[in-house]
Amino acid sequence: MASPVTSVRAWLDERFPLDDLKALAQKKKVPVHRYSYWYFLGGMTLFLFGVQVLTGALLLMYYRPGADEAFESVQFIMTQVQFGWLVRSVHSWSANLLVFMAFAHLFSVLFLRSYRKPRELTWVSGILLLFLMLGFGFSGYLLPWNTLSYFATKVGTEIPAQIPVIGRPVLLFLRGGEDITGSTLTRLYGFHVAILPAVATLLIGLHLALIQWFGMSVPPGVEKQWLARPAEKKEIRFFPNFVLRELMAWYVALGMLGALAALFPWSLGVKADPFASAPAGIKPEWYFLSMFQTLKLIPAKLLGMDGEMLGILAFGVIGAAALLLPFLDREKPFNTRRWISGLACVFLGYMAVMTVYGWVAK
Amino acid sequence: MVKVRDSVAFMRGAAVVVAAWLICSGLIAVAQTKNSCLDCHSNLPEPLGVSVETYGQNIHAQKGLTCAACHGGDANNDDPEKAMSRAAGWKGKIERKQVPELCASCHADAELMKKYNPSLRVDQFQQYKTSVHGMKWAKGDTKVAVCTDCHGVHDLRAPSDPRSNVHPTNIATTCSHCHADAEYMKPYGIKTDQFANYQQSVHHEAMMVRGDLSAPTCTTCHGNHGATPPGVANVTKVCANCHVFQAQLFDTSPHKDTFAAMGFPGCVTCHSNHAIQHPTDEMIGIGPKAVCVKCHTEGDAGATQAEAMHNQLTALAAAIAASDELLRRAERQGMEVSQPKLQATQARDALLKARVTVHAFNDSELKPDTDAGLAVTRQTHAAGEKAMEEWRFRRVGLGLSVVAIAIALVGLGLYIRNLEQK
Repeated sequence: MASPVTSVRAWLDERFPLDDLKALAQKKKVPVHRYSYWYFLGGMTLFLFGVQVLTGALLLMYYRPGADEAFESVQFIMTQVQFGWLVRSVHSWSANLLVFMAFAHLFSVLFLRSYRKPRELTWVSGILLLFLMLGFGFSGYLLPWNTLSYFATKVGTEIPAQIPVIGRPVLLFLRGGEDITGSTLTRLYGFHVAILPAVATLLIGLHLALIQWFGMSVPPGVEKQWLARPAEKKEIRFFPNFVLRELMAWYVALGMLGALAALFPWSLGVKADPFASAPAGIKPEWYFLSMFQTLKLIPAKLLGMDGEMLGILAFGVIGAAALLLPFLDREKPFNTRRWISGLACVFLGYMAVMTVYGWVAK
Repeated sequence: MVKVRDSVAFMRGAAVVVAAWLICSGLIAVAQTKNSCLDCHSNLPEPLGVSVETYGQNIHAQKGLTCAACHGGDANNDDPEKAMSRAAGWKGKIERKQVPELCASCHADAELMKKYNPSLRVDQFQQYKTSVHGMKWAKGDTKVAVCTDCHGVHDLRAPSDPRSNVHPTNIATTCSHCHADAEYMKPYGIKTDQFANYQQSVHHEAMMVRGDLSAPTCTTCHGNHGATPPGVANVTKVCANCHVFQAQLFDTSPHKDTFAAMGFPGCVTCHSNHAIQHPTDEMIGIGPKAVCVKCHTEGDAGATQAEAMHNQLTALAAAIAASDELLRRAERQGMEVSQPKLQATQARDALLKARVTVHAFNDSELKPDTDAGLAVTRQTHAAGEKAMEEWRFRRVGLGLSVVAIAIALVGLGLYIRNLEQK
């Protein structure tokens, strides 16, 4: 007579292709070379997104969107709800680590040139996911309805208003009116918990399916080496070998999140007062700081155009270039390949310098 | 053809505009008030010289008055002989003894003043005549202050102008020009330390450091045009203009009649007058800084009451300080304590109220306030303790989590090694 476990397994096998999925996972190989550790960044980003979904769902049980209730509900979560402080702090810290990890993943893929054919769509979906993560950050920032988030959102929504023709409609769309009010809060809440997660789920599904389909990219240098000496080619199984290693990295990330939440709980701040003047030296979150500082430093008039508008236009061009990077990487008619890594280095350096400058600037 | 017609129409229009401009500028030139006095006097040295800039800042000049309004003469005449002729009503230098009446000739005229500033009072001269300054002036004393001593002469500005001598921030300095001058005040036999004392006071700090223009300066207590020292019986009333509750409580206290009988000047008895310091809880009781011991001796009913009140106040102040410190410590550790911090303001309000209630000089009246404050501090202190306990719990939780994660990592590492060795 079969054991209960075997019976359940047999029942499931008849109704769900569990063995096929297991075979697919075991069939997939992960290349092992001197850059292999960069492969962990994507998985780490996915893990942090999972933490966001889980902690976000828990916060939803107590959070109340509305200018009169939002701050108080977060205060309630932080002080009265069992482990509410931990959930909220982990959510905030994880959001920041997620953006950092997404950028790190982007630049690792860029420098290892993993975006090249046939993985162009994997890159495009990844860039769209990064934009979505920034959207999550922006929409979630206002939700505690504290002074800092209120005025940062005010400044943040004023930036796209500089775009000619569509600027004002975009501002009204983001704010749900002329000013930052309860309407803005419920609007951004809707984006944060419904629209963005739905789009993100689809894009993550596509991103993972493409990775699974094409496998891990091998850097060109390593690929050339392996072609010359096939005996040096090394691979491990995706499941369980790579997954178990990834699990170790996730444990480390979990420990780090717990430590940050316990040692540096995310501050609640002071409830937003729309009638108060903006506190001096107000700044956005660190991942928007380089853009913010650039717009602050740009002259009012540049090349006969409005400086701020020109800056926003430049960000748009950089965003579009990032999205279409695989298609810009070509040898003919011009060899752009050698320029891409160099420009990426300059851009990374510029972002780092401007972020630090924005952080220390008054 | 069309072009020629257009040119003619343009020329006609231009001619009309030019003619209108010429007429208007001529009318403006006629309507402008001339002040020929400045043509010469702006180039003369002191005391006859008045610069155009100084005169331009004068409130009277800004209202369209010329030198002739005070000095007489014809300011429209460019000939000095005619402009400063007795026939034109020229008065020359205004003597100090003439100043109050000269100013009053306009400032006591309600009909005239309405044209310039309908809200301006017109009783300054009447008040001045009741002041010590005015009474001595009436007796022929020309050393006492007249209008121009405080308000200035040719650079006279509106009191609301921060550069004015009589702007609240400048009044004490203006008064001190005479009242801090020992030589000048010698004939009057009054002290000259008022300004020095005032500069040490809590009122001066409020006015000059905190920029609170409602804080008292000399004129707030002594009056301005009717300046006079408040008498013993009036001191409490003067202080009560701002310190309403303290005065009401004092009036119900046993001190009111006793002070009156002994000729003590109310509030000033304990707080002094010009050198009023920020009151502390040490002022009440039987300690070395207590003012009560000036009259009471240890063990008498008054001293016992004072000591009881001192103990109640200091107990509440200490409880608030301890609670605040604990909440600050919890906040520094990242704990969310904004609610108890907000609640702690109730305890501070209770202490503030108790410090006012002290003026009833009855410890049983003080007790409800201090008890209410202590009840709040017990709650805020408990909230602080809870926050610190939670902080310690988090530390322990973090330690255990790190150990659990480390064990899991070691286990996973060993499992992977075992798996790959097969």
